[in-house]
Amino acid sequence: MVVTGKGGVGKTTVAAALGLVAARRGLRTIVAEVARRDDVSRALGGEGIQEEELAPGLHHFSIDPERAMELYLTDQLPPGLADVLASSRTFSYLAAATPGMRELLTVGRVWELAQDDRRTPGAHAYDLVVLDAPATGHGVAVLSAPRTFAQVARVGRIARQGRTIDAMVSDPARTAVVAVARPEEMPVNETLALQDALRAEVGLDLGLVVANGMLPQRFSAAEARALEGAPDCAEVRAARHAHARAAAQRAQLRRLRRRARARVATLPFVFDGDHLDRLARELERAL
Amino acid sequence: MRARLEGKRIVICAGSGGVGKTTTSAALAMGLAAEGARVAVVTIDPARRLADALGVDELGNEPHLVDPERLVGHGIEVRGELWAMMLDAKRTFDELIERLAPDERSRDEVLSNRIYQQLSSAVAGSQEFTAVAKLYELDRSGLYDVLVLDTPPSRNALDFLDAPDRLTGFLEGRALRVFLAPTGLAARVVGRGTGVVFSVLKRLTGVDLLDDLGVFFRSLGGLLEGFKERAAGVKALLADERTTFIVITSPEHEPVEEAIFFAGKLRDAGMPFGGLVVNRFHPLDGGPPEADVDALTAALGDAKLAAKVARAYAEERTLAQRDQAALEHLRRETGEDDPIVIPQLDGDVHDVDGLVAIHRYLFAD
Repeated sequence: MVVTGKGGVGKTTVAAALGLVAARRGLRTIVAEVARRDDVSRALGGEGIQEEELAPGLHHFSIDPERAMELYLTDQLPPGLADVLASSRTFSYLAAATPGMRELLTVGRVWELAQDDRRTPGAHAYDLVVLDAPATGHGVAVLSAPRTFAQVARVGRIARQGRTIDAMVSDPARTAVVAVARPEEMPVNETLALQDALRAEVGLDLGLVVANGMLPQRFSAAEARALEGAPDCAEVRAARHAHARAAAQRAQLRRLRRRARARVATLPFVFDGDHLDRLARELERAL
Repeated sequence: MRARLEGKRIVICAGSGGVGKTTTSAALAMGLAAEGARVAVVTIDPARRLADALGVDELGNEPHLVDPERLVGHGIEVRGELWAMMLDAKRTFDELIERLAPDERSRDEVLSNRIYQQLSSAVAGSQEFTAVAKLYELDRSGLYDVLVLDTPPSRNALDFLDAPDRLTGFLEGRALRVFLAPTGLAARVVGRGTGVVFSVLKRLTGVDLLDDLGVFFRSLGGLLEGFKERAAGVKALLADERTTFIVITSPEHEPVEEAIFFAGKLRDAGMPFGGLVVNRFHPLDGGPPEADVDALTAALGDAKLAAKVARAYAEERTLAQRDQAALEHLRRETGEDDPIVIPQLDGDVHDVDGLVAIHRYLFAD
């Protein structure tokens, strides 16, 4: 399950909440993110360097593309050769400078986490891997990397492995992309653009759209009119603002529902308290 | 804002995604143009409606003059010129290569390379670099008094600041030299290499991918001098005393932390931190701590409605308190005593009305 969305939409929290829901349903789940940020582990209260169990059935892991490269080489090559390559500065420069390499290593690591028979010695299998995708380029870059590398390489081991990983990420039975949006104009536009890019570049449709941060819609049309005519005071002004904002959100939600080719679930704006637990319960209900 | 932008030529708006950076950048540019300057705003991926409202063509990758008639009806008189453009990162990079390539052959070699074509748009950081590269080019054109840059929606604004350095570092570092030396990797890759690294690599990647990579790096090498010069120019431009950075945030937790981080980074790097704009703020509206339900019931003549109003008011107060705390936190951590605070507007702000509303707060006397 790949959770995508641009900055500021609550993607990381939704990824963590989805992981929590899956774990509570009895799935052995791991939430993975790309290193350099430790948002998920902060949200869930963990460290993230190793695969780590944060709650019953819920694990967390922070993917470090450089470490993923080392593991890949060790896995693929005889011990001597892997060391030669891993310690070659030329090779590490080449790897770092190759466009798309980071993305390929990230999705490769996700693929590994999702195997029943893990390549990492002594590692256990997971029922579900939730990837908190990088915000850049909607995460499509990560999903399309295996296909691109397979096409460029055509033959050889990378081409073969690229095709294997692509077969997983482009298979709707195995991979679901969840787009997180706020019910506002720009995030809705971005979600619709993501939907098209995903189909064009990976051949996949969105599995689920989460409209996050819905404000309560409290007033009926008649009540809103009564508020317009009511004597002016701070309380009434606050109610008018709240109504106007909730109405604008509803308009964007309708637009999203009209144009999204996937189910749109909503999550409420959480004013205070434990976001994660509340969102997990709401998701449980919505799903 | 007027005082902060006095004498500035380059205004760079930075901050996390989703905080109204594009609209704020456009409103800043509009305000400066209204006061008589020739201003170009360079934006990345703006809301469609804002682009339509300003008449910015998606294509072209060059600034378009915004017809002042579009703004007159909204009470904005543009005495100078307002230009706007949407950056096309891939196209900017292509143009850069066309300009820097020493000859047609190297140019075509890069542009037609499959690695470049298929993967260049996916490179993290290339959008940051192309944005400043475009800025540099517009600056050199001499057509504008002020340039306003809406930075890419990068989660980590640091990438943007480091972009020229990273590119120069890469170009001057061992990496390229290794690739480009007569006996370097590129030569071995495209030639008849027999080294251990090469043969192991070949085993992993297959010859096609390695060939393409070799050609990619080798042809990039032909552009080395041009790139270095450009990157140095961009770096000097960013550090110029007539350049200023405006940090934009919302009062929410993550953008606030990013804003604090970025302001600190600017200070560390000796870059000018020109001010802080806090969008989407919920101000305390001077009401009582708790709604008086009885008084509301009397005023509205509807007990049920009064209870709902009281709940909406309590939520609004919660947000106002959260935002006030965020503002104090920002003041303390960035050392900016007087941030410009823009309240949360009721509707979406991606049209001319929204632009004008933001402009009013930015340029209030």
